[in-house]
Amino acid sequence: MAAAVAGPEIERLIQLLAKLPGLGPRSARRAALHLIKKREALMAPLASALQVAIERIQVCKVCGNIDTQNPCTVCTDPRRDPSIIVVVADVADLWALERAHASSGRYHVLGATLSPLDGVGPDDLTIDALVARAHDPQVSEIVLALNATVDGQTTAHYITDLLMEAGVKVTRLAHGVPVGGELDYLDEGTLSAAMRQRTLF
Amino acid sequence: MEWTDEGIVLGVRRHGESSAIVELLTRGHGRHLGLVRGGAGSKLRPLLQPGNSVSAVWRARLDEHLGTYVLEGTRMRAAMLLASSHAVYGVTHLASLARLLPERDPQPEIYERLERTLDDFDDVGEAAVHLIRFELTMLTELGFGLDLASCAATGTTADLIYVSPKSGGAVSRQAGEPWRDKLLRLPPFLREGEAARNDWSDQDLQDGFALTGRFLLRNVLEPRGQGHSDARDGFINAVVRLRARTAAE
Repeated sequence: MAAAVAGPEIERLIQLLAKLPGLGPRSARRAALHLIKKREALMAPLASALQVAIERIQVCKVCGNIDTQNPCTVCTDPRRDPSIIVVVADVADLWALERAHASSGRYHVLGATLSPLDGVGPDDLTIDALVARAHDPQVSEIVLALNATVDGQTTAHYITDLLMEAGVKVTRLAHGVPVGGELDYLDEGTLSAAMRQRTLF
Repeated sequence: MEWTDEGIVLGVRRHGESSAIVELLTRGHGRHLGLVRGGAGSKLRPLLQPGNSVSAVWRARLDEHLGTYVLEGTRMRAAMLLASSHAVYGVTHLASLARLLPERDPQPEIYERLERTLDDFDDVGEAAVHLIRFELTMLTELGFGLDLASCAATGTTADLIYVSPKSGGAVSRQAGEPWRDKLLRLPPFLREGEAARNDWSDQDLQDGFALTGRFLLRNVLEPRGQGHSDARDGFINAVVRLRARTAAE
């Protein structure tokens, strides 16, 4: 067995960093060394930021977004269009749509998509809360911004079935040729979906 | 160890940062899992969707190892299935049914039936009949096949319109008449000699789902502590809704 080269505190720091996405044991060791070398400039502010995040970050009781205020910044923004709710599977999807300035509506985070393989059923998602929000007279459109995967679209169809009685327009994102995509390299399914959903030029 | 086979993707589970464990129903090696390096990445995600057909090369040092797959798409159905509700529910339900099969046990008939079912999802009625036949084949392969060739009471092969909910045997009109409220109905598309007809009604489809649903639940799902999937209910509702819409047009 290799002898430990650092004290247990440093080893623990490396072990915890190695649990972060994108970091293995080697890169965690490099990150830990970097933090230790920049103790005042980086490590202390990072520790402080983490502490503040632990204390203040909450899940929005309206949409499921994460923020330091509850309801979240998106839900309380008066410039947002209250008639549109964009449904996403995860907070990362919400952030992606916000980065793209793709919608001025409000959001609803489901938490995941239906997946029999992973044992995720309707009760594990915030579908009941979405149906309740859809019955608000202010809401006129629900945009299902879910992944173009079998699980994502099963979830989309399941939600559409539940929203039938809410009297709202239910839309979904278009499927087709991505920007930079070359037709020659696209699979036949995507190509035929793109052809079916062609628009006037 | 190395083999090459055709397969249909049943499911994918992320493994680590970039890899995925892919579950295939293969033609010659049954339900078989394997690791796909880079399977969690955006390049392979479109390929690793349930319902897609692939050409698979499996390699492992020993036969009992998980092994690694190298996959190439041969028929990318998933993108076409995503647009219609019955197809999405159907493929989810088919994958969860196929997952009941034992691992690494070749099931060529199930493979053929699954492929045919996935290829015929365009027509809602056809899809429903294929799915019912798939459930029936699953029951047979799992050791709970129904005897629909002759009457369980009289042995006759004519006018079989009922099925006994206890034995799973067909019952003729005459023999079943006194117990017709207790018997399940055998839809025409499951009767020998009438299988080629395609003028089945909504009631026939409901009868088919009730028939296979009962025996799947009693013999296969309940002993495993499971029930019918939400996808099966979603598929049946979608079929009823789409056929009603088509009839109204």
